[in-house]
Amino acid sequence: MLLIRCPYCQQTLPELEFTYAGQAHVARPDAANKQISDEEWRDFLFIRTNVKGPHYERWRHAHGCGRFFNAVRDTVSDRFLITYKVEDPRPELSDLLEKSE
Amino acid sequence: MSSFRVPGRGRIDHQSPVEFSFDGKKITGVKGDTIASALLANGIHLMGRSFKYHRPRGPVSAGSEEPNALMGTRRGPGRFEPNTRATVQEIWHGLEATSQNRYPSLEFDIGAVNDRAYMLFSAGFYYKTFMWPKSFWDKVYEPFIRAAAGLGVSPTETDPDHYASRYLHTDVLVIGAGPAGLASALASARAGLRVTLVDENTEAGGTLLSEPQAVIDGSQAWDWVEKAVAELKSLGARVMTRTTAIGYYHQNMVALCEKLTDHLPAPAANMPRERMWRVRAGQVILAQGALEKPLVFDGNDRPGVMLAGSAQTYLNRYGVRVGNSAVIVTSHDSAWYAAFDLADAGTKIQAIVDTRANPDSTLLEGAKSRSIRVLAGYTATRTEGRLRVKSVRVNPVSNGKVGAPETLTCDCLLMSGGWTPSLHLFSHTKGSLAWDDEKQTFLPDRKTEDCEIAGAGRGLWGIGAAINDGAEMGALVARHLGRDAVAATYDVASDRPGTGISHKELPTDLNPGKARAFVDYQNDVTAKDLRLAVREGMHSIEHVKRYTTNGMATDQGKMSNINGLNIAADALGKPQPKVGLTTFRPPYTPTTFGAFVGYHKGDHFDVTRKTPIDSWAEENGAVFEPVSMWRRAWYFPKDGEDMDAAVSRECRATRASLGMFDASTLGKIEVVGPDAVEFMNRMYTNPWTKLAPGRTRYGLLLGDDGFIRDDGVIGRLSDDRFHVTTTTGGAARVLNMMEDYLQTEWPDLDVWLTSTTEQWATIALNGPNARKLLEPLVEGLDISADAFPHMSIAECKVAGLPARLFRVSFTGELGFEVNVPAAHGRELWEILWEAGQQYDICPYGTETMHVLRAEKGYIIVGQDTDGTVTPYDAGISWAIGKSKPDFVGKRGLERPDLVAKGRKQLVGLLSRDGKTKLEEGAQIVLDPNQPIPMKMVGHVTSSYHSDAAGRPIAFGLVEGGHDKMGDTIYIPMPEGVIEAEVTGTVFYDPEGARLKL
Ligand SMILES: [Zn+2]
Repeated sequence: MLLIRCPYCQQTLPELEFTYAGQAHVARPDAANKQISDEEWRDFLFIRTNVKGPHYERWRHAHGCGRFFNAVRDTVSDRFLITYKVEDPRPELSDLLEKSE
Repeated sequence: MSSFRVPGRGRIDHQSPVEFSFDGKKITGVKGDTIASALLANGIHLMGRSFKYHRPRGPVSAGSEEPNALMGTRRGPGRFEPNTRATVQEIWHGLEATSQNRYPSLEFDIGAVNDRAYMLFSAGFYYKTFMWPKSFWDKVYEPFIRAAAGLGVSPTETDPDHYASRYLHTDVLVIGAGPAGLASALASARAGLRVTLVDENTEAGGTLLSEPQAVIDGSQAWDWVEKAVAELKSLGARVMTRTTAIGYYHQNMVALCEKLTDHLPAPAANMPRERMWRVRAGQVILAQGALEKPLVFDGNDRPGVMLAGSAQTYLNRYGVRVGNSAVIVTSHDSAWYAAFDLADAGTKIQAIVDTRANPDSTLLEGAKSRSIRVLAGYTATRTEGRLRVKSVRVNPVSNGKVGAPETLTCDCLLMSGGWTPSLHLFSHTKGSLAWDDEKQTFLPDRKTEDCEIAGAGRGLWGIGAAINDGAEMGALVARHLGRDAVAATYDVASDRPGTGISHKELPTDLNPGKARAFVDYQNDVTAKDLRLAVREGMHSIEHVKRYTTNGMATDQGKMSNINGLNIAADALGKPQPKVGLTTFRPPYTPTTFGAFVGYHKGDHFDVTRKTPIDSWAEENGAVFEPVSMWRRAWYFPKDGEDMDAAVSRECRATRASLGMFDASTLGKIEVVGPDAVEFMNRMYTNPWTKLAPGRTRYGLLLGDDGFIRDDGVIGRLSDDRFHVTTTTGGAARVLNMMEDYLQTEWPDLDVWLTSTTEQWATIALNGPNARKLLEPLVEGLDISADAFPHMSIAECKVAGLPARLFRVSFTGELGFEVNVPAAHGRELWEILWEAGQQYDICPYGTETMHVLRAEKGYIIVGQDTDGTVTPYDAGISWAIGKSKPDFVGKRGLERPDLVAKGRKQLVGLLSRDGKTKLEEGAQIVLDPNQPIPMKMVGHVTSSYHSDAAGRPIAFGLVEGGHDKMGDTIYIPMPEGVIEAEVTGTVFYDPEGARLKL
């Protein structure tokens, strides 16, 4: 069982408290104000990266504060490189890898 | 039968006899024996039959790696376990053990004919033998495979035992309580850390228990162990025996299975049989030691052929000589000491046969002083003896040439092919291994977890090396954890360090194609099988493993791994590191399902959610059904009624006068805040801006793919407050989805979402007399037809209780839903029940609710939709606020496939004969005479007998269904083809007049 740090609670807690919520940084196109092509909408709905290695993804502290947050997790080792708030900028992978060395 | 027990030897209690049975025969062992040691003490080596060839087998080891001596053990009804390792199971008075895989008896087994037909069972025999003809599968192959599959027999009765589980946090977890583990634990504990030391054996000590001659810092080995354990306990360390570390998971979580009662003659009824520990450790020290390898030669599996180190353990730990007349065959120094110990205890050592030409001089002296014959530079080429080894054929080898044979008689043959570090747990962490050319084995290399490996587990041989390495590692992890720690040094006398070489099959002068030289005893895999697999094109070790099943038995290749690798590498013409090892997976040793299940069984298997009114339903004879995690009243049968009769009566009573229904499981979400209406506009398809406070509306929720996710009636209580209802099963999902959009797409919206499902008890009253019942009980609200029309909501008091009252109907009748705080649910229900007697009020369950809604054409999301149905498909596109700039699913609905022709659409279905009820899930075709496989155009989603319609009714999803009104479609069933007419979905009161009463 993984231990995951909730960036809102600032606590490292058992995986049981969290649920996975898919790839991160997939923004919903602004269909209210713009013409969105079928391809764009398809990509938003279905096209995901399926990374082998560091993966930007979302988790929810479902049995805690309830917040969705972002994380970078290595899909090979299952290690979290970082978790960060939804409103925080997407961290650069090179910085993360440097730090984890 | 002479006793092989050596008086005064071992850690058993010679004065305490214990009686148990083996295959019905009474056997006497002593306190401290395992089944295997007790049987060996009685001269019995034959303990089982092998899996494939039914060859007679005896114990080859003295530990948990045992592949042969597997038995059924029983302790009264329900307490039967197959494949218990006789080398591990302690005996107690009354234990019943039975051998396996034999008929009619262990000594005479018909299945042994397989052994004669061994050519048929070579590598890949499953794949080759059962290929054709196809018609043989059901009648011949599958029954054969099923009968032959697995060892032992599964228990057939419910296990009456219970199993516990716990979490544990510890600074340092040390796995293995041999010299390295004990020294590690001492070093960490002395540094002030919380230490947990676990060992699968009955007591701490590991190798030290089998080597009592060793002297550590002036103390005899066993005395040192006792002192070490006492010191650990005084330092607060937790020392757990009979506890196996079965799996090493992420972030230093290790699962331990602790056996609590299997060794007790009469465990207390309330004792759990086993306890699963989930340990989170700051640092882990793997001190699991090494496992001895067999040598691979023809007949290396007969009863009486055993690992030399295990024979030494039987002697020194259990006081048992495994035979009167032994031959040693070895490629490692360690087996010489086993020979010396046995010789000193009175066993005649016929010869020490060493594959090495020049054994160490001190060993030769030891042999000479005991008058033991030494055959150096020899090979073993065959054994004889049906139920027990009686001789071994040995030949000199020089310059690769096998010389003339000599036959040595014996009643036991003790072998050693060297030692393999136990890498299983380390490999669970995906740590990498590196091949050590000198030691001819893999050793731990790159680590992924906070762990250290100590002692023989990293290839260090001898007690002195292991114990000092343990101390170093214990101090090292203490420093990792921020403590000042310096390793103690231990002085070990009478140590027996040694070296050896590693082999593939031993050289032979006989036809290797006929050799029964076993590599994997438990799965009956021979050296020949491995070579055949390579010849037949299996070039990856993972393929070789699966083709031959080498290492795939429950012992996971603990003994066979390196031998298998050496042979496969030789056959492939590659060095071992280029071939690599197969993957080790948890659990380390076979583990009961009970230990994994723990408390999660019976009523505790899953949560059962019950409404506040559930108890009334139970008291009043309701039949229940599970709906998501809820238990819901399904129907309320009266005396002698079956379900159909009860449901028909409930439907009639509701439409005629008044029905009451516990709707508390409806999901409820309170949506509150200045931007609540904007949030609702964006989430749901419907327009909400113009919905006035006090009014409700049917809400439809899509995914952004345009498919229906959920629905429910939503009431606006005030400008900034909505009472949202969801389907029973959808509540959590809907709240999660709302939170997702609110937090991540529209964080600018000022809205709060609260689950209130369990805060409200909801009672639905339906029927023409619903208002008459309710009116006198309502305070603070006029619920007359004009003042409180259909689709209204208000806060008021009902029977003196604070309530949210909906005027809403899921039946087509005049309907109200009364929400009161959950704690008052049953109270209100009973008040309504009493007051309703004058109207013959009828409690109804979910089945009647389903029928009544279907008669009115109301869909159930998840039953009439399946995640690929749009509002257009479902015929509810009126619920879409088309002029809204955006809502979840709006853009999705324009996707090309969603607007294409020929989509499956929801329609009504009426069987043409007016009598046949369709089967939910049945497939629909347009032409019943077309060849099979037919083109299926849809399926039946809902089907009931309708009392109101006087006939069966159904819904179905049918390709292009909306354009097929009046057409006939066909439902092929085993009893024949059913014809049905495609209709609209409303079967009762299409004008909705009854709603407006
Ligand atoms: Zn949190």
